[in-house]
Amino acid sequence: MQWTALFQQFMNGVSVGSLYALLAIGYTLVYGILGLINFAHSDVFMLGTYFAFFMIGVFLLPWWLSVLIGVALCSLVGMSIERVAYRPLRNAPRISALITAVGVSFFIENLGLVTVGARPKGFPRPDLMKNVYTILGARIQGVTFWVPVISVLILLALFYIVYRTKIGMAMRAVSRDMETTRLMGVDVDRVILYTFALGSALAGVGGVLWACKYPQINPLMGIFPGWKAFTAAVVGGIGNVVGAMLGGFIIGLAEILIVAFFPGLTGYRDAFVFTILIIFLLVKPGGLMGEATKEKV
Amino acid sequence: MKVFVVLLLCAGLLLGGVALAAEEVIRIGANLEMTGAVAAYGQMIWEGINLIREIVGDAVAGKKVELVLVDNKSDPVEAANATTRLIDKEGVVAIIGPAITKNMLAAAPICEEKQIPIISATATNPLVTQGRKFVFRACFTDPYQGAAAAKFAFEDLKAKTAAILSDIAQDYCVALGNYFKEAFEKQGGKVVVEQHCKTGDQDFSAQLTTIINANPDLIYVPNYYTEIALICRQARDLGYEGIILSADGADAPELFDVGGDAVEGLYHTAAWDATKGLTEIGQKYIDLYRQKFGKDPNMFGALGADAYLILLNAIERAGSIDSAKIRDAMEDTKDLDVVTGRVTIENGDPIKPVVVRKVENKRFVVVKALAVE
Repeated sequence: MQWTALFQQFMNGVSVGSLYALLAIGYTLVYGILGLINFAHSDVFMLGTYFAFFMIGVFLLPWWLSVLIGVALCSLVGMSIERVAYRPLRNAPRISALITAVGVSFFIENLGLVTVGARPKGFPRPDLMKNVYTILGARIQGVTFWVPVISVLILLALFYIVYRTKIGMAMRAVSRDMETTRLMGVDVDRVILYTFALGSALAGVGGVLWACKYPQINPLMGIFPGWKAFTAAVVGGIGNVVGAMLGGFIIGLAEILIVAFFPGLTGYRDAFVFTILIIFLLVKPGGLMGEATKEKV
Repeated sequence: MKVFVVLLLCAGLLLGGVALAAEEVIRIGANLEMTGAVAAYGQMIWEGINLIREIVGDAVAGKKVELVLVDNKSDPVEAANATTRLIDKEGVVAIIGPAITKNMLAAAPICEEKQIPIISATATNPLVTQGRKFVFRACFTDPYQGAAAAKFAFEDLKAKTAAILSDIAQDYCVALGNYFKEAFEKQGGKVVVEQHCKTGDQDFSAQLTTIINANPDLIYVPNYYTEIALICRQARDLGYEGIILSADGADAPELFDVGGDAVEGLYHTAAWDATKGLTEIGQKYIDLYRQKFGKDPNMFGALGADAYLILLNAIERAGSIDSAKIRDAMEDTKDLDVVTGRVTIENGDPIKPVVVRKVENKRFVVVKALAVE
């Protein structure tokens, strides 16, 4: 394999990986605070693309405004899901919340199938995202630049929120011990609501960027990226934001490189990713950056 | 006792009536997917059959044709049951068979055994008619379409090297890829690299990088439109400037929506073109469809109409409602004008032109009608 081809494949991997990374941060964030894997995250991701799509297509708003509104709507959806589906189960066993998360996910997907139909739609993209640049013989799309940049910005913003603001302090406290925090007079429900707003906004951003790279949206588009990002979050150490980014890049590169080096294994691309998940769960369940925690059973 | 006599009389009258009617009408079965997973196909075919009946009428050889529709619920077991019921209970002389290969393969052996001709509108797999005498189809087969694409690539597009990127999750795509390769290399071309993807994939950059690195004149992508649009998009983004050729899976308006300018110049092989009829009856069909439904007709309906026309023509030439004679007449179909073109039947499969279309300004434009020997 030539160097340019290898470099191109590497960039392909980084490109997919950065999208997984962005999505993985959302999983990790909610898990870090609530200890809940929010399976509806990937569907909020899908909703983000549809919100932006309708803002652009139906209300003829400019692209940036559509995306902002889309992301804001995602936050609202995230908060509603928390309020309606998860809050009533706050004191129920964890498995109930997990099952509810799967239920919410199915509900959103099927609602999408009924309302907008299963046939894919083309997603309008700004030139900034779709322009292609040639670097060292490799062709790289605008979106490939912007996703890592946006991810790092989001990461910085997250660190700021978590470590420098009052709500961030409350989030950290809730993640440590919910009951004690409540006793200290913190409105725990509100803190969790904010967390969901933040996580769902990230899903919205991730969805729009995904659609910029693969401009084909359908109600089931979130499923596979969601699973892959979830895998990335586990590989990086679920609950750890930097780990989620790292995991995203690892998963993206792994799935591109297996197709590049072993074309015969193309069909096993997804299986390969989930094999990584299984291996990690067996060998290093805490993930790369996670702390090994002992849970009382 | 009185009641018994009346009943007997009634029964006699009824039987007499049926026998009388049987002399005047020809019953043809339609075993279609009206509900279930692929109901859209069955419904479109049924729509096409009814539309063509409005054009050519419902009488042949001095008798009235009566269609008996049975829903096979998109299920092979139901398709087999429906076939038996049509033959044994409804007394049909021929059947227009299920839309998809799986259901057709369930119905075909029954017709073969009971010696009733059956014709599918759209089952493309070669196995459907292989080694059978009473089984026909109106659409072309995967090898036929693959070979047509190879011929067009080599002769008209002057491609000497080609790459294939096919969907391993679909038999249809794998078959087209394989038959294209076989025919392309037989003509002297060379398939330099073969790559695969899977239905639902969104990222093809790894495969396309490998393909572009091999620098082929043409990339053959015999997939469905969802994948084709993204493949074109990413191939162009990765800097590929050569020709992209596809098959009839590309035929959907969403292709332009998603592919945008990346699908401009894409070629694809198709069963027919809905904008311009190749035959007089085809044009009539298109006009009536537009008038009735206010949009361009679809391929499934057109092939359903073809199946009906082939059957009707065979009954007329057989001049009899004897199933074996109808079968022989069907096999002898030569240069018959149907909705999608001029068709000749050989070993149960149609020989007819493959239409090649090109995308220009977000529309399919017919490039040529290609005859394959």
